[in-house]
Amino acid sequence: MAERDQTPAHEIRPLTQEIPERFIPVPTVEPGHTFASVTDQISAIVLRKKMPFLWWVGMAASCVGVMVLTATIGKLLLVGVGIWGINHPVGWGFDILNFVWWIGIGHAGTLISAILLLLRQEWRTSINRFAEAMTLFAVSAAGLYPALHTGRPWYDFWLFPYPNTMSLWPQFRSPLMWDVFAVSTYATVSLLFWYVGLIPDLATLRDRARGKFARVIYGMFSLGWRGSAKHWFRYESTYLLLAGLSTPLVLSVHTIVSFDFAVAQVPGWHSTFFPPYFVAGAVYAGFAMVLTLAIPARKMFHLEDFITMKHLENMGKVMLATGLIVFYSYAMEAFFAYYSGNNFERYMWLNRVQGPYWKMYAMLLVCNGLAPQLMWFRRFRTSTVGLFIVAMFVNVGMWLERFVIIPTSLHRDFLPSSWGMYHSTQWDWGMFIGSMGLFFFLLFLFVRFLPMISIFEMRTMLPEAQTHPEGHEA
Amino acid sequence: MGIGKVRTGMYGVIAEFTSPAELMSAAEAARDAGYTEMDAFSPFPIHGLHEAVGMRSTGMSALVLGGGIIGGLSGFFMCWYANVISYPLNIGGKPLNSWPAWIPITFECTILLAAFAAVFGMLALNGLPMPYHPVFNVRRFDQASRDKFFLVIQARDPKFDLDSVWKFLEALHPREVVDVPW
Repeated sequence: MAERDQTPAHEIRPLTQEIPERFIPVPTVEPGHTFASVTDQISAIVLRKKMPFLWWVGMAASCVGVMVLTATIGKLLLVGVGIWGINHPVGWGFDILNFVWWIGIGHAGTLISAILLLLRQEWRTSINRFAEAMTLFAVSAAGLYPALHTGRPWYDFWLFPYPNTMSLWPQFRSPLMWDVFAVSTYATVSLLFWYVGLIPDLATLRDRARGKFARVIYGMFSLGWRGSAKHWFRYESTYLLLAGLSTPLVLSVHTIVSFDFAVAQVPGWHSTFFPPYFVAGAVYAGFAMVLTLAIPARKMFHLEDFITMKHLENMGKVMLATGLIVFYSYAMEAFFAYYSGNNFERYMWLNRVQGPYWKMYAMLLVCNGLAPQLMWFRRFRTSTVGLFIVAMFVNVGMWLERFVIIPTSLHRDFLPSSWGMYHSTQWDWGMFIGSMGLFFFLLFLFVRFLPMISIFEMRTMLPEAQTHPEGHEA
Repeated sequence: MGIGKVRTGMYGVIAEFTSPAELMSAAEAARDAGYTEMDAFSPFPIHGLHEAVGMRSTGMSALVLGGGIIGGLSGFFMCWYANVISYPLNIGGKPLNSWPAWIPITFECTILLAAFAAVFGMLALNGLPMPYHPVFNVRRFDQASRDKFFLVIQARDPKFDLDSVWKFLEALHPREVVDVPW
């Protein structure tokens, strides 16, 4: 911990009075760290006996959430989906809304771990593990919704193609079936990617752990990793290949999620620009959630050396860029509605702005249109409080976006005789709060038992890791 | 600990270094000295080290490509078989082989099997899981996952001769040289 008392290099250099402070790059790892100090500081978070008081508070709150979820699912299994607010004409309410919200949040993890790896964005290194865990838990929370929305979840295995006595197949031409394949592949590949990244760090924990039980458990999961040069060679190649596979995968997943809507004929859903719109929204929501989680975690576990202001600022920039794409999409929705000349399309948009749910649309514009504009200013991008507030606006905004798309489009479609209203019930909120509880429960367990920053990748970030400073072989 | 163990049951001799550059030059020196059966251990991947210990290609790309091709073909075949052969449904005379609708599933199956091939192929080729390995007998080997670097020359190397290997490794200025028992 002594390293942090030294003044970081970027705070010394402005004394020369030559380079303005804003042009001095903020480092991705604070100077003064060695292989040993990086290893010890990150693994100590996991291997220590006592967790900070705030961890216990968070864990207790998440456990309450999990209990709410259990109770809600119990009631749902006993009574049925009628306890939710869904009705005719709004057959997709909170369940699909939250599914899309959660799965979108997950996408930032894959973006950080795969796409930024391929783009050689080195700053991703200290946040990728955390973001991948977030992906995994967000997908777990998302998966609950469609599984329970089927009404008889004990028959959910019918979604998978298997030889059955009914001689029936799933409908492979349906976007909902594509969704089953996309989401289950996404969950599986994300888990593999995350686990492969963890193997060398599990070996580090195996070698550092004092208790026999911890040694055995970490030893089992590290698969006997010994850091052999031959193993590393294949490992790096595999990691890069997985990143290359995950990149089109993550784009395909939200594209297919958007097909759930775009392939249908409902005004407000039937749009060709849904796939890029949804993918940008997913990245936007995901980065907001990474910020929401990273800012407190960084503080709680004293990780300012590894998750520097540079990481937070870069995430703010990604949030701004994707936020602008999302806002552009809102403008295009309005333009298409006008320019299509189609009565139903036009009415759909007027109904969003003036109809019974106009407040949702207005709040959406504030959260996703106005709030991210603060990210233009360096003062907000480099302030943890500023970033956190904007990230919370985005979290809410992306939830509102799905509300505007799903129930608002459904509640007034072609025939005025089939119009209706959607009102969520306490059980809808129970599911929503419960899924948040599950997400945070898994996340708190993760930071307790696994290194939340990739230790071996942090070692490669240090200057002493370079073996060939002069002659770089291709 | 094994230092006093009978030398016939030996896995090799291991030398410990304190920096990646030292390990790199040690491995290159060993290769130049004609040793072929050796391995290096480090807490993070070091570029080019695999060549020094005598490894050219990972074999991963072909494996992953194969996994992807099998995944794509089987995904498409599943949709085609279900809709054209097993349970054809004539809906308004539309073609049974409606292949564009099967592209998403084909794509997902491609990625899934390629990822399986990548992960399980990497583990299989690396011989993992392997909970026991002779190098774990070395007392200080737990530092290989922290900040130390090791080079082992195996006893099955045709050039292996205990005294000359010891001399060779000690000439590289390691932190220490130790015998590795089986």
